Amino acid sequence: MRTEDEGIAAPLLEVRDLTVHHGQLRALNQVSLIIGAGEVQAMIGANGAGKSTLLRTISGLKAATSGTVIFDGADVGRLRAERRVAAGIVMVPEGRRLFPSLTVEENLQVGASYARPGPWSIERVYELFSWMPDRRRQLASQLSGGEQQAVAIGRALVANPRLLLLDELSLGLAPVVVSRIYDTLPELLASGVTVLLVEQDVSQALRVASQVHCLLEGRITLQGEPSRLSPAAIEEAYFGLSAGPAGPVATPRASGAAE
Amino acid sequence: MIWVNDIIQGIMLGGLYALFACGLSLLFGVMKVINLAHGDLAILAGYLAVGVIAVTHIPPVWSFIIVVPLFAALGYLAQRTLIQASLNRGVLTTLLVTFGLSVVIENALQQFFSANAHSLPIGSLVSDSFGIGSQITIAYLDLAIFLVAVIVLLGLQYLLSSSKQGRLIRAVADDREAAQLAGADYRHIFGIAAAIAFATVALAGIAYGMYTSFDPSSGTTALLLLFAFEAVVIGGLGSLWGTLAGGILLGVIQQLGGQINSNDQVLAGQLLFLLVLLVRPQGITSRRRTA
Amino acid sequence: MSEVTATAPAVAAPVRVTRSRRSTVWAAIGAVVVIAVLAYLPYEVYSGTTSLLVNFFILLIMASMWNLLAGYAGLVSVGQQAFIGLGSYFVLIAGLHNIDPFLGLPLAALGSGIAGLVVWWLLSRLRSGYFAIATWVIASICYLVIIRFPALGGGTGESLTGLPNISASLLNAYIYWVALGVTVIMLIAVYALLRGRLGLVLTALRDDETGARSVGVRVSRAQLLVFVVAAIGCGAAGGLELISQPFVQPTAAFSVQWTAEMIFACLIGGIGSIEGPIIGTIVFFVLQQWLSSYGTWYFIVLGAVAIAVAIWAPRGLWGLISERFHIRLFPVGYWLWPAGEQTRPGLSRLPFPRRAGGAGSDT
Repeated sequence: MRTEDEGIAAPLLEVRDLTVHHGQLRALNQVSLIIGAGEVQAMIGANGAGKSTLLRTISGLKAATSGTVIFDGADVGRLRAERRVAAGIVMVPEGRRLFPSLTVEENLQVGASYARPGPWSIERVYELFSWMPDRRRQLASQLSGGEQQAVAIGRALVANPRLLLLDELSLGLAPVVVSRIYDTLPELLASGVTVLLVEQDVSQALRVASQVHCLLEGRITLQGEPSRLSPAAIEEAYFGLSAGPAGPVATPRASGAAE
Repeated sequence: MIWVNDIIQGIMLGGLYALFACGLSLLFGVMKVINLAHGDLAILAGYLAVGVIAVTHIPPVWSFIIVVPLFAALGYLAQRTLIQASLNRGVLTTLLVTFGLSVVIENALQQFFSANAHSLPIGSLVSDSFGIGSQITIAYLDLAIFLVAVIVLLGLQYLLSSSKQGRLIRAVADDREAAQLAGADYRHIFGIAAAIAFATVALAGIAYGMYTSFDPSSGTTALLLLFAFEAVVIGGLGSLWGTLAGGILLGVIQQLGGQINSNDQVLAGQLLFLLVLLVRPQGITSRRRTA
Repeated sequence: MSEVTATAPAVAAPVRVTRSRRSTVWAAIGAVVVIAVLAYLPYEVYSGTTSLLVNFFILLIMASMWNLLAGYAGLVSVGQQAFIGLGSYFVLIAGLHNIDPFLGLPLAALGSGIAGLVVWWLLSRLRSGYFAIATWVIASICYLVIIRFPALGGGTGESLTGLPNISASLLNAYIYWVALGVTVIMLIAVYALLRGRLGLVLTALRDDETGARSVGVRVSRAQLLVFVVAAIGCGAAGGLELISQPFVQPTAAFSVQWTAEMIFACLIGGIGSIEGPIIGTIVFFVLQQWLSSYGTWYFIVLGAVAIAVAIWAPRGLWGLISERFHIRLFPVGYWLWPAGEQTRPGLSRLPFPRRAGGAGSDT
């Protein structure tokens, strides 16, 4: 899992045995993962698997039933969501969630309201997305889906996150648009941001991430480097179907064997 | 030509209504709270002014200097305690809690100040007026209140649209969670909005107290809450200058209605409100369908 | 081609679903006994007591109606006094035309129902906060229109004419029995409404309006029905008020004080159950008799209690009792008996409003 380089560096984010409930429904079941600084990791899984719940819990919008979230060595479980932004955890929520009655620039300004010091600013976001400055005075609600996604990312960036959580970037967007958005990822990483992204689009996730985790019904069914996971193993972990009569969940396999 | 005078009186009365409506509009626009105690809060401010005057002997005209900031603090406190607690439990709860608050305020006022009418004596300022031509008389007080209303409303509108705090308030009003994700503590931002709303209510209450006399139940009997709400709806939710327009329109229609039949003043306003609800529920200035 | 099997839980023993259980039978017997005792009262007590009880019945009807609106249909109205006042004035009009007020009462209820239809047509598109204040505006309009008619007493009011020319105590007894009868009818009507499909519709609607619409629930139709029934009930209460007074004064008839009392009774007793308003009205009345000598302090305390209850005990007294002892007197819900259980069922969804702010909400 880890390359030799990382050695003794402490992980940026460590999630231990996280269990989260929505009322009586258990959405996450003993989920654990470790992310080192500078990495890109991806969480894949079908609808309802618990991916967004994981991000919402890490960002502080949802309280966990048990388990810990350790960010940069400190347990952030007690911190409210807005305080975690100050600590450096910023999420781009599912569905963009721009402020519809605010303009593009105002959206970015709100994002910068509680920003940490760092390389990102509104100007730099305008450089990253060259079409944006011309549209800065337009209402956010008037933008297309892909443009809104860019603004949402920009809004998160201007807060200078250390850990950027991306929830389902590809949702509702055309593949070409999705690709273009993911093309900006290298520049984010180069500026020192660590990324944990959640995706239903498995191919994108495999393309960009150094580690992939698969969630099914709240449990991690597979994790590893994309190059080491076979399509069959991923499919099995994703859908939870097995040939045998025993049950839905396969144990993670190191290499894919033909069914 | 009497109509012209009525219209002018109506415009100025509308300023007072708009001042009342301002706080309601903020609370509802930002927090989705319908404050059924709104009228009573204004009267409470009036009584607070009476008390402050009695204790400090400052001229009534300046009583707002103490009362308004006090009310702003009260608003922040109320939001962080009562209002936030009710918001977490749903719309029904906020209506019930503000209704209960209305009853408590009215009866507490009656307990401590008796049921007699009070007012804020400003001496001859009440009736001093000047004339334009032979048909139009404008009372200085009315004009002053109108100007204050315009300044406050436009000032707030500017604050909301151009300042960082105003941006945050609008953002939190749009999407509370997304604002949290940007680092904003929405409870605090709500508190600021409530403080501003309460401050305007206090201004309105003091203005009202100079304009006419009030008693503990005036909050409901004088239909202040209703007029404020009508001004907001007629003008359209979402912009404060819309509220100003709504207040003015309400005032004008009331005055004109009163001209037809002195008993029909209030009724004319109510009917206008109903008309707007039926025909253009988003208000005369709003572009969105929000009712 | 591999066989795809999803796991299925082992088939459990059948679960029984019933509408009522033993406690409801006792409750039914108890209700009959209570009604019989109440009916017998005029023979035993002074008319002062029966007059008091008439006021109690009037408030009970109104509280039940408000509860129906807010607790089941999700409609918060602070303008029911419109229908109360209209009910009074319809009876007055009947009396002025030499119709026996007791006959005028059902006419008044009907008239209020029609008014309810009109008001609903005006206001149905409004969302909760707007809707609430709009109902108050309607009440205000009704008041302003009525006082323009000198034949109805204008702004000062009018006495009811046309009451039968009989002895005062007998008249009081008739009024009492009519009030009792109307109360029983309205409660039975509410129970029948909620037990049937409308009850399910309303509970679904209250829990999740979008979800309800998506399975075809006729939301608007259900709310219309509830609104009209509430108008009828309040109209009847208003008519009873006039008959028992027998003087109508417009400011009092259309006063928002009625709404305040309705809300308090429902809040204390519990919004969202039929038993709630009953308990609430009893408590409210007892408090009122005991504490009215304290004047405004009584209202201050009442208001503070209302606020506290709304925030911390939103299901009121009955909610607390019902949850603790798992009882429900009016069988409008469903009891789930897990396989083999005979004596203690799982509590199915109580017909209470769900607390807003579910997953992820923070204080």
